[in-house]
Order: sequence, then C-alpha cells, then structure tokens
Amino acid sequence: MHEMGIILHLAKTLDETCEEQNLKRIGKVVLQVGEVSGILTDYFVDCWNYFRKRHPKLEDAELEIETIPAFTYCDSCGRTYPTVKFGRECPYCHSGETWLVRGNECVIKEIEAEDNDSAPDTTDAQKGES
Amino acid sequence: MKIIELKETITASNDRDAEVLRGELKVQGTLLVNLMASPGAGKTTLLERTIRDLGQKYRIAVMEADVDSDVDAKRIELLGAKAVQAHTGGMCHMDAGMTRRALDELDAPESDLVVLENVGNLICPAEFDTGAGKCVMLLSVPEGDDKPLKYPLMFSTSDALLITKIDVLPYFDFDIEACKARAKKLNPNIAIFTVSSKTGEGMEEWEAWLSDAIDSWKK
Repeated sequence: MHEMGIILHLAKTLDETCEEQNLKRIGKVVLQVGEVSGILTDYFVDCWNYFRKRHPKLEDAELEIETIPAFTYCDSCGRTYPTVKFGRECPYCHSGETWLVRGNECVIKEIEAEDNDSAPDTTDAQKGES
Repeated sequence: MKIIELKETITASNDRDAEVLRGELKVQGTLLVNLMASPGAGKTTLLERTIRDLGQKYRIAVMEADVDSDVDAKRIELLGAKAVQAHTGGMCHMDAGMTRRALDELDAPESDLVVLENVGNLICPAEFDTGAGKCVMLLSVPEGDDKPLKYPLMFSTSDALLITKIDVLPYFDFDIEACKARAKKLNPNIAIFTVSSKTGEGMEEWEAWLSDAIDSWKK
C-alpha cells in the first residue's frame, strides 16, 4: 500500500514534467533508491507495472532502479561505515552518536521521453532539417 | 527518444503543492497542524480535550482522515467544532492534494487552527508533506518507549511529541526519560510533553505551546 502511494506521487511528478517539457510519452524512468529508504524495490516495480498500463503517457515506461548504498558517519571517531551491515552503532568505536550520510533518498535520476512534435519514425528527417 | 536528466525527488510534485498550500494558509492566518500517531494512541481524545480547553479562545476546526467511517468527525462535532471526515480511499497517509480538498470541504477559512488528524500510522504520514505549519505526534504509554528506535522518521520530522496516557504509567514498563532521550537524539529541537487527556495532567504545557504556535503563525 505504501509503495502504491509513492507510485501515485511519482506519476504526478512525471505528468508535470511531460507538461512542462512538452513530452508525448515516457519510455524509461531511472530511479535512484537508497538502501534504507524503506522502499521494497521488487514490490515497487510490480506496483509500477500495474499502474503504468492505466496511464497513457506512461504505459511504455520501463522502470529501472539503481540502488544507492547507505553510509553512516560517526560523530565520535569521524569515520564512515556501511549502514546496512552495522546499523546505528559505530563498528569502530561503538558510539551511538552517528548520522546517516546517504541511503535514504528516492530520486528520479533521468527519463527517456519522446517530444510531442516528433513521431518516432521522423527523427532522422528532423535531424536532416537542422 | 531523448534522455532528460531530472535529479528530482520522487515526491517533488507533492512537495511543491505543500509549499503553496502552506503559503496560502500563512496569508490566511490559519495554522494547520498535522497530527500523527498509531491507531489508538489517543489522537481524537486529545483533540476533544484541547477543543474544550481552547475552543473559547480560538476558532478550531478538524479534518479527520481515515481509510473508512466517520466516527471521529462525529465526536468532534459533538463539541461544536467544525469537522469533516476525509477518506483516503485505502491510502495509508494524507498528501498535500488530499489536504487541500479536505480544507475546501471543511470551508472554514476564518479558523485560527485547523487540525488534520492523519491516518493512524507511524510510518507513511511522516514521508508526505501535507502543507502543515506544524507536525505533532503522539506516542501512548502502552506502545512502549522503544518506538523512536523503530520509527525514527516520524520523530525526526515532528515539531512536538506528546507522550499520552500517562495515567496508566504504573501498569507499564515505560521509561519516560529513556524515551525522551531517544527522541531528542533523533531531533534535538523536538518539544516533548507528557499528558493524560483523561485526567488533564500535563495539558496546560501542551496547550501553552499550541497557543504560542497559533499566535506566532499570525505574525
């Protein structure tokens, strides 16, 4: 249910991008998802495949997910360590004064899209004109 | 096909909507409070007591968000406050768009305070900006003092934490000081209150904080 909610927001953000940049349809969406963002990527892709069929501009859009490794910084000893393996406690000095540096994000890195004024088979012709 | 680099957070569209809504509410002088907690933490009971205590001083309205039913909105209306029930259609949280629609339905632009009682859930509501000026969360004694460890985002994004149902403390192994320390570690700026909506203990401090937030929002 949580993943589906996020998909709705993703679709809305993509819709606005289509509007702003005058895009006809999206062919691929590349997401960067942090290891500790709480998103289950398999389930997320399933939800996306269910959803996109009901959305004309997105129905062909494959979802590609790049996982961002999570790292935590230790305030006490100043070292950085992988979050998933060691959690909140610093493996070097066992301090609990630690902060997540990265790995919580969920970012749309890039999309592949087709302009409103170009059909797929006229790409070469357009290139010739310019 | 061309490649367009976006580098935009997945909820960018919601974040923009929330920012616009917050700006409009600021101009209008209405403080929107996003009230979040687990099911059964005592959100509606806290609101009932707060409305009884502050209802003469401020115009208060409430938006009850639930997956189904209108029992909460009916409880609030019994106190004479304006209330609407917003159904999230199965969704686990409210977002800025849903909040705007609920506000339109509430139709109380003269309110000093509008409380959005979010869906009972310690996870998802913390991830979606509703456009609220303040985020307030409840943690009830029976839930346990370890919750800041398990649901850190909720504690990190809230402006105030109310530890509720302190009248039942003798029956539970709830360590208030440990809970406060855990919450402060995640969020050094969080204001913490220990209350019982039933006996009224601690309500004065919470209501002073809320009154101050309402007054400051109008400046």
